[in-house]
Amino acid sequence: MNVTILIPTALRGFVDRRSEVKVSGNTVGETVRALAAAYPDLKHQIYADENNLRGFINVFLDGVNIKKLNGLDTPVRDGGTIMLVPAIAGGG
Amino acid sequence: MLKLARNLEAEIRSAGVSAYPNECCGILLGTVDGQGGKTVRALRPVVNSREQEEQHHRFLITEDEMVLAEMEAGKRHLDIVGFYHSHPDHPAEPSGYDRDHALPFYSYVILSVKNRKAELPASWLLENSREKFNREPVEII
Repeated sequence: MNVTILIPTALRGFVDRRSEVKVSGNTVGETVRALAAAYPDLKHQIYADENNLRGFINVFLDGVNIKKLNGLDTPVRDGGTIMLVPAIAGGG
Repeated sequence: MLKLARNLEAEIRSAGVSAYPNECCGILLGTVDGQGGKTVRALRPVVNSREQEEQHHRFLITEDEMVLAEMEAGKRHLDIVGFYHSHPDHPAEPSGYDRDHALPFYSYVILSVKNRKAELPASWLLENSREKFNREPVEII
């Protein structure tokens, strides 16, 4: 399946200033991994380790948070759209 | 360089004082010039989504709020250029927790509020290595 991943402004510097990237995969996890493989500097920002996204990086598939679906195992459809959305946390 | 209008800086200070002894938080909407300098055009105050008992030292802007903010920014031809939050009775310096939940590019404006008095906000940028924040100059316009 070919999907489009929308890149938030903060991460565009790691994907040649592109606002979206087309990748292939059968699940959300496969497509995000394909994106990270293509852009290793981006991988450092969104992955906590080899296999796990950082806790504050959220993924929306066709407008729905994958937490409400089957997580990274959620199948994607051809022509689907994925958004990477950070939740912002912190404090003193 | 982060350019911040005086009235917006005053809004951030007011939010910090109002939230004291808890943390306030919000989103900076603005523009980015060719050299990476940012100008804040509007604030989007956000309700701190952390549990009440944690709000004295933690804040959270949820992913759902971020999606709404992205939509507002798009309609106004602006970008999300950063965030602001307060540190009640702590310096305006990013914590390790801030660093673990941050991304490069964004400006992280931190306001120290001591005994209900807001100090000058400071802005910070995370290095691409994610190892540390560096102070970002702020120009009040």
